[in-house]
Amino acid sequence: MDPTAHQHIQLNGGADLQGFRQALRILSWSNIPNHQINWSANTAPDLFGGGQLPSSYGAAGKPIILPRAVADLIRLVVCHSDPEKYALLYELVWRMRRPKNPETHLHEVASDKLVAKLTAMAKSVRRDLHKMHAFVRFREVNDPEIGPRFVAWFEPDHFIIEETAQFFVDRFPSIDWAILTPKGSLWWDKSELAIGPPGTRADAPEFDAFEIGWRTYYESTFNPARTNLNQMRQHMPKKYWRNLPETQAIPQLVHAAASRVDRMIEQEAAIPVKRNPAKAVAAMAEQGPASLAELNQIIAKADPFVEGSARAVLGEGPIHPAIAFVGEQPGDQEDLQGRPFVGPAGQLFDRALEQAGIDRTKAYITNAVKHFKFVQRGKRRIHQSPTAGEIKHYRWWLQKELDFVQPRLVVALGASAAHALEGKALTIRDHRGVHTFPGEGQAGFITVHPSSLLRQPTPDDREREYAAFVRDLACIRDLIA
Amino acid sequence: MDEALNRKLRILADAAKYDASCASAGAKKRKAGPNGLGSTSGNGICHAYTPDGRCVSLLKILLTNYCLYDCAYCINRRSSNVERARFAVNEVVRLTIEFYKRNYIEGLFLSSGIIRSADYTMEQMILVAKKLRKDEGFAGYIHLKTIPEASPWLIEQAGLWADRLSINLELPTQESLKAYAPEKDSASITRAMGQMGERIAESRAEKSRHARKFAPAGQSTQVIVGADATNDADMLATSARLYDSYALSRVYYSAFSPIPEASSALPAKPPPLQRENRLYQADWLFRYYGFAVDEIASGGEGGMLDLEIDPKLAWALKNRDRFPVDVNMADREALLRVPGLGVRAVDRIIAARRHATLRLDDVARVCAGLKRVRPFIIAADWRPTAETDRADLRQRLAPQPTQLSLF
Repeated sequence: MDPTAHQHIQLNGGADLQGFRQALRILSWSNIPNHQINWSANTAPDLFGGGQLPSSYGAAGKPIILPRAVADLIRLVVCHSDPEKYALLYELVWRMRRPKNPETHLHEVASDKLVAKLTAMAKSVRRDLHKMHAFVRFREVNDPEIGPRFVAWFEPDHFIIEETAQFFVDRFPSIDWAILTPKGSLWWDKSELAIGPPGTRADAPEFDAFEIGWRTYYESTFNPARTNLNQMRQHMPKKYWRNLPETQAIPQLVHAAASRVDRMIEQEAAIPVKRNPAKAVAAMAEQGPASLAELNQIIAKADPFVEGSARAVLGEGPIHPAIAFVGEQPGDQEDLQGRPFVGPAGQLFDRALEQAGIDRTKAYITNAVKHFKFVQRGKRRIHQSPTAGEIKHYRWWLQKELDFVQPRLVVALGASAAHALEGKALTIRDHRGVHTFPGEGQAGFITVHPSSLLRQPTPDDREREYAAFVRDLACIRDLIA
Repeated sequence: MDEALNRKLRILADAAKYDASCASAGAKKRKAGPNGLGSTSGNGICHAYTPDGRCVSLLKILLTNYCLYDCAYCINRRSSNVERARFAVNEVVRLTIEFYKRNYIEGLFLSSGIIRSADYTMEQMILVAKKLRKDEGFAGYIHLKTIPEASPWLIEQAGLWADRLSINLELPTQESLKAYAPEKDSASITRAMGQMGERIAESRAEKSRHARKFAPAGQSTQVIVGADATNDADMLATSARLYDSYALSRVYYSAFSPIPEASSALPAKPPPLQRENRLYQADWLFRYYGFAVDEIASGGEGGMLDLEIDPKLAWALKNRDRFPVDVNMADREALLRVPGLGVRAVDRIIAARRHATLRLDDVARVCAGLKRVRPFIIAADWRPTAETDRADLRQRLAPQPTQLSLF
């Protein structure tokens, strides 16, 4: 391309991002100064043809590299309704990339006249996009072939419908909808987006059954004591009103506002006519579970706080026991059988209890976390440790449970149980042994979780750790003797 | 929509409108699955504005306005003769979904009067949120009002379904709360706020994709301005403490507004709405502009902010020795204190001056208006000379009184 000749670039109407990008590459690589280019665009937006430059421009140039902020600016400004936009954008790119004295950081100089102008144009487009997201109002029509479809009529200032499409697709994936505008239309059939020709207001439905409710809501949520019309108009300019059903209520609301406020101020509070719910007020305090059984019902009914099983495994054992053992959470077997400590770790625990001379049936046994947290790998459900947040989600239940059970001694099996009882993380290594838990100074003991014994790397380690665990249990037995 | 449901909507929207918070902001970017509905963008969207100039973003309603509490400032207190109604859980779900499909709203803001017990009421509210999420695949915004007297495990559950939780402090001091809201107590409010703040922080720190989110848009609260004798300085000190202690996303200031069936315990006349506006400006100053609460308060008189001019200008006029500030040299902290320069303008100035020397015209192009800025800055071609010290600077910068509009 001859760098001294004047060029005429013809782009499609509307927001021809593709055509502009292509022209930009060719012109920029050919070092053609901005004042030698005459930009023009077809009057009607052509939403079907891709931007096509005359073949005399040669093959599409290779991409040019621009800062992310400039690429974003171009994407927005190209939507602007001002036909000057392409010339202004090219001027910016030219000044940033010209061979002599390039202003590489021009886009960061917000005080520059050109940058300020382009920034204002981008802002205007962004505002238009935002207002379209806000002020589109769908009306439901029943299409005999496809069923219900939601259709809206909207009048944007700029050529933004392609730019805005993804927003509506993300928001309304499972319904059929169409947005008609004088600048083109969007159609979504629950799987594909189509961009269609401009529509007219007459193509959109005139009525929707829920508009009565929407208007009721709009009227009721208005506070007449705070009337501020300027602020309303600033955020919701009048040009939008004709397509917003709720704005029909405005004249009446404004008209009545002052007298409504006067009435409120004048009117003294009347003595309550009939309501004096003394009994109900007194009964209000009696909330929450009154027994362990009631608490267990609440726990069983509640949704899990962890990803995994929805079945709550509740504590078991006598009330007022000498010892309550608190584990981490149910595992695969516990979840299937609905009882705590019945899997491999539970069996090891039983053996150790027997060796230490503690009768399991006389102790209360429960878990800090009531649901089995796992990830599915093929057919196996792999145990996942609860996080600090998850332990605390369950902590209130555990506290309430122990309030009902009232053990003389609470034994934390493992770090999760210690965390739940203490309210903060404790390491087993530093706190193993006799411990006082907060609250009313609950006598306690911290030791390992039996499952940790199963994870020891060698049989020797396993033997040693098992012996230490049994010694802890023997110590516990002596504490309550 | 049938007439019975429309009537409930009228009563229960009217009953909810004294809660100033309507924001749908702060949620992470999220969208529904192919069979679901809804998305959140992080910034929130205002779908309409009523003639009070306030934004309508969420369907803000009460589940019921029957209430066993007797808070003097509240239109729904048990001793008021206001018309009562109660939504069924499914009715709220349906209204939310149908409004959302028509693009009227960003989601639901659900509060409630206390019926039977705090636990029962909280359970019903949680049920609405859970049905929206689980049965309807709803990924729009949900804000649940938390009842501080409810059992703590219910608060844990509410955070799993809601984007934002809030407990309204309403009255900034313990004494006022005792006098005006006999069933509430500040200890349970702070305990519940503390519980939510802790859980929100833990959930944000969570790395795993699988961990369930807890109120990802954080918690907020509201204080009523002008119902009791608390001054602005004490109000702001309370806010600053709340932001610090409970990781609040927002404190809303709601000028006490006359209500029908007002209790005689309350002032008959509302405070000037401008007071609320000044508190919001002050709130912004200590959160984003590096001001300390007592610095802001020192701009006014006797613990009250200046109603005529904004708190940043008020502070600047009383601290003229700190000005003028050179836009080409000054650090960010000093620029942020210039009246008329917002955070964005300051950031633009700092980026631009790396590549160019700024003149007064250049500053004009990055901020909203030069008039307020000019007396406080130095630019390449500009010195305010005596302007900064003029005795009538306040008169020159204060907004001119406008004629009252009649309607």
